[in-house]
Amino acid sequence: MGVRTWLEGWPVYRQLTSHDPLGRGAAAKSRQSRNLLARTETADKVVKSVCPYCAVGCGQQVYVRDGEVTQIEGDPDSPVSRGRLCPKGSASKQLVTSSTRQTKVRYRRPYGTEWEDLDLATAMDMIADRVIETRRRTWQETDSNGRALRRTLGFASLGGATLDNEENYLMKKLYTALGAVEIENQARI
Amino acid sequence: MAECHPVGFQWVMEAKQRGATIIHVDPRFTRTSAVADIHVPLRAGSDIAFLGGLIRYVLENDKWFREYVVAYTNAPMILREDFRDTEDLDGLFSGFQEDTRHYDPSTWQYEGADVAAAAGQRDQWSDMESNEKGSSSDSRSEHARRGAATARVSTSGAGGGTFHGRPERDDTLQHPRCVFQVLKRHFSRYTPEKVAEICGVSEAQFLRVAEALTANSGRERTSAFVYAVGWTHHTVGVQYIRTAAILQLLLGNIGRPGGGIMALRGHASIQGSTDIPTLFNILPGYLPMPHAHDHEDLATYISADAGSKGYWGNMDAYAVSLLKAWWGDAATADNDYCFDYLPRLTDKHSNYDTVMKQLAGESEGYFLIGENPAVGTANGKMNRLGLANLKWLVVRDFQLIESATFWKDGPEIETGELAPEEIGTEVFFLPAAAHTEKDGSFTNTQRMLQWHHKAVEPTGDQRSDLWFYFHLGRIIRAKLAGSTARADRPILDLTWDYPTKGEAGDPDAEAVLAEINGFGPDGKPLSSYTELKADGSTRCGCWIYCGCFKDGVNEPARRKPGSEQSWVAPEWGWAWPANRRILYNRASADPEGRPWSERKAYLWWDPEQKKWTGHDVPDFQPDKSPDYRPPEDAEREDAIAGTEPFIMQADGRGWLYVPAGLADGPLPAHYEPHESPVPNQLYGQQQNPARQVYPHRLNRYAPSGDDPGAEVFPYVFTTYRLTEHHTAGGMSRWLPYLSELQPEFFCEVSPQLAAERGLEHLGWATIVNPRAVIEARVLVTERMRPLRVGGRTLHQIGLPYHWGGNGLSTGDSANELLAIALDPNVHIQPTKASVCDIRPGRRPRAPAAAPLVADYQRRAGITAETGTEAVTGGKKK
Repeated sequence: MGVRTWLEGWPVYRQLTSHDPLGRGAAAKSRQSRNLLARTETADKVVKSVCPYCAVGCGQQVYVRDGEVTQIEGDPDSPVSRGRLCPKGSASKQLVTSSTRQTKVRYRRPYGTEWEDLDLATAMDMIADRVIETRRRTWQETDSNGRALRRTLGFASLGGATLDNEENYLMKKLYTALGAVEIENQARI
Repeated sequence: MAECHPVGFQWVMEAKQRGATIIHVDPRFTRTSAVADIHVPLRAGSDIAFLGGLIRYVLENDKWFREYVVAYTNAPMILREDFRDTEDLDGLFSGFQEDTRHYDPSTWQYEGADVAAAAGQRDQWSDMESNEKGSSSDSRSEHARRGAATARVSTSGAGGGTFHGRPERDDTLQHPRCVFQVLKRHFSRYTPEKVAEICGVSEAQFLRVAEALTANSGRERTSAFVYAVGWTHHTVGVQYIRTAAILQLLLGNIGRPGGGIMALRGHASIQGSTDIPTLFNILPGYLPMPHAHDHEDLATYISADAGSKGYWGNMDAYAVSLLKAWWGDAATADNDYCFDYLPRLTDKHSNYDTVMKQLAGESEGYFLIGENPAVGTANGKMNRLGLANLKWLVVRDFQLIESATFWKDGPEIETGELAPEEIGTEVFFLPAAAHTEKDGSFTNTQRMLQWHHKAVEPTGDQRSDLWFYFHLGRIIRAKLAGSTARADRPILDLTWDYPTKGEAGDPDAEAVLAEINGFGPDGKPLSSYTELKADGSTRCGCWIYCGCFKDGVNEPARRKPGSEQSWVAPEWGWAWPANRRILYNRASADPEGRPWSERKAYLWWDPEQKKWTGHDVPDFQPDKSPDYRPPEDAEREDAIAGTEPFIMQADGRGWLYVPAGLADGPLPAHYEPHESPVPNQLYGQQQNPARQVYPHRLNRYAPSGDDPGAEVFPYVFTTYRLTEHHTAGGMSRWLPYLSELQPEFFCEVSPQLAAERGLEHLGWATIVNPRAVIEARVLVTERMRPLRVGGRTLHQIGLPYHWGGNGLSTGDSANELLAIALDPNVHIQPTKASVCDIRPGRRPRAPAAAPLVADYQRRAGITAETGTEAVTGGKKK
């Protein structure tokens, strides 16, 4: 350790020689503080994203380390938000890393009193069967005047408006091909 | 805006720093009001009166932008002689059919021309025709009933119109039946005195707004309007927006920089969910879903819904390209491009119609995809009882929201109305992947698509909705493979072969975006919707998004820093259509193509280069000269003159008056909310006569105005959001930060109301109306102020609506109180102005809760008919 480094380790020296004469900023910083690193510094990668809350569409930067989201901040490049996020947007790391977020399929049988476990592939197969059965049972080829209907009113769908465009597209495409008409979204609500 | 779109509000503050006057018209005092130059705390549900007053002020004081109005709006068009206005019929327009509660719009037409379809009710006309035909062979009332239902459902969004003949015009605007004169007469009774009386504001406040707005509009200056669901959540919500549109057109504030009417939408991709709709009445790009008609084929569908003039004249190309995207090689000219694969509408099939069907046991299954109706939609109890009456339910969400657990711990389990052992609904809860765990695009509130990239893998069974629907479709197709049933052809012929990635088999979101963008005959991505053809050679999943994957480049993923671009920032994301950032921007130049002023120059005609140029992509044919006049027989965009900026309209003009396409009148009129303690002070007609009502024992309505029993519910309540929570809470009530910031459900009341009802700050209040009783913590605040309305004092109560029983922050749901009664154009519920009583203390627990509501109903004399009357004018006279 040179004399200069030794001297600079002394807060009073820094206070007298730096732009912090009152010792309320950098001059007072301890070695421990100095060695702390922001999560944003230690990320493996930064991924460009968009805030999932309101429709302003603020830019987000998602900081990732070891395959986990470690921080989400505003994207200063965005001409929409210029790096800012509101309380909800700033909390979106908690949204995606919440400890109560569900990770497993839950199943409740008719008249059941508790949740049960169910394998994802089995659940998908059962849901496909429910759609096919309901559709078959409730199919309407024509109305009472013989006008073509070719539809089912046996099941409905209500989607949130945080769905991606690509998701909405596959939903509408599949439902329409199934003849399902009662397809709705938060956009009406 | 500062509360619910805080980061967007930075631009308002920036404008204020540069000298803009900020006017906040809102019953609530919020962070917006705190920094606004003028805050007008008007009565919830009285905005049409306020805006109507501004229209009258503009007309009476000659503050309108003459050159703009004469050239760019339908002010000169002459109306038919048999049109009757609300001035003549005490609050009704001509054509109202009381038995079917709907308008026959035929008398609303222009003289000399029929506009067969327009924005909104695109199928209005053909439904009426098929109705008339049917009445000879079938019972008339049956057909009228069905017709009434079908006539109300069709496209919302940008519209067009078919012209038969040419409308007569008077460019001097003197003809007594021209739109301008009709408008003047219609709004003549919206005087400052009436505005003050109805809205509960002072005349001075109103005039201050009128003066500031008109002083800041014209050649040199523009004013912008910004609204959210405070305007749309009414039984006359569409007409709120119409009133603003009339005002902004009169002031020349549309299609110009710093002008416009901006919808501040509340969810990351709610605009996208409308453009590529998961909505019952439209197909991607605002193409209407077809209705059931005799011998309907693709040609009749298109001719009934599209104008032959203006860009909607190309609806055949847009529709055929969509059918080709969905059914690929199976869609040919010989089979009408599989047009008969599309299911047909016969009625309104909105979310609330589904709820009513569920309650009646007429619905078996339900998918809830990131949506929590047990908390988030009107009349929570009806929604939950509907869920309890299903065979099966699929819920996809992050957390175990109330709509997933209603069978176990919903309010009806607590009251004993339901028991888990008695609920037969099979529930599948599938955990969803978050935005950081998938690729995809959101469309924000300014129509801009932005791509979010996958950052990490989801955990366990968490999957994207793209994964869910792709694999559900794949499994269903595999199970139906080999079926010869006619009904299964649309599934088996569907193009459904997206490439997948990774262990979980995630479909490639960019491949889906590429299909939405569309492909040309050579299989290459299209670059513009102008390339779409009706001959089956192009495929396009959503015509207004065509060009977002031009040259195979993911345009929504463009992120050139804002600091390195012009102020329009055209290289960040991609805005539909064609990356235009301001719609109808041809109107930013005068009819000759010159900027209205240097200060407001945005787009202009360059006579040397013979093209439109400026700061944005022209929302106009780029080489159409201002001198262009269409030949008599011109069609599609060729029928639009070089001076007509509103290219989606068949007449190229902004509509001050709507000759067809609206379910509740060609002009806005002030009606009281569906439930209101105040009589309508402008007309004998109390409410929107065409509103949709849903009589049901769980959906009783309060008496209104001077009707006996109205005094039992003397207070107006309005529901809204907080900065720290999001809608029904699924994305906020489970987060520690946000729950700590806003831990509990509360009601905002004024000190005067607190004194009148004995409410204590931080104590409890019980709020009751004909449908429910809830409790909330009391926040006594001067943010709420009693109003003088119609000569008496009126108190308003504010209720944030985010809460339910699950999560870290819990409480009763305000939406329990809301009625299901809908705007007839768009089937949206009134959340912004309803009635209630309030009393101190906690609400009764079971079994005393239901009797309390029943007691209030009895005291108010409520029956199944109360509040359902269509026409009230005659009764009052």
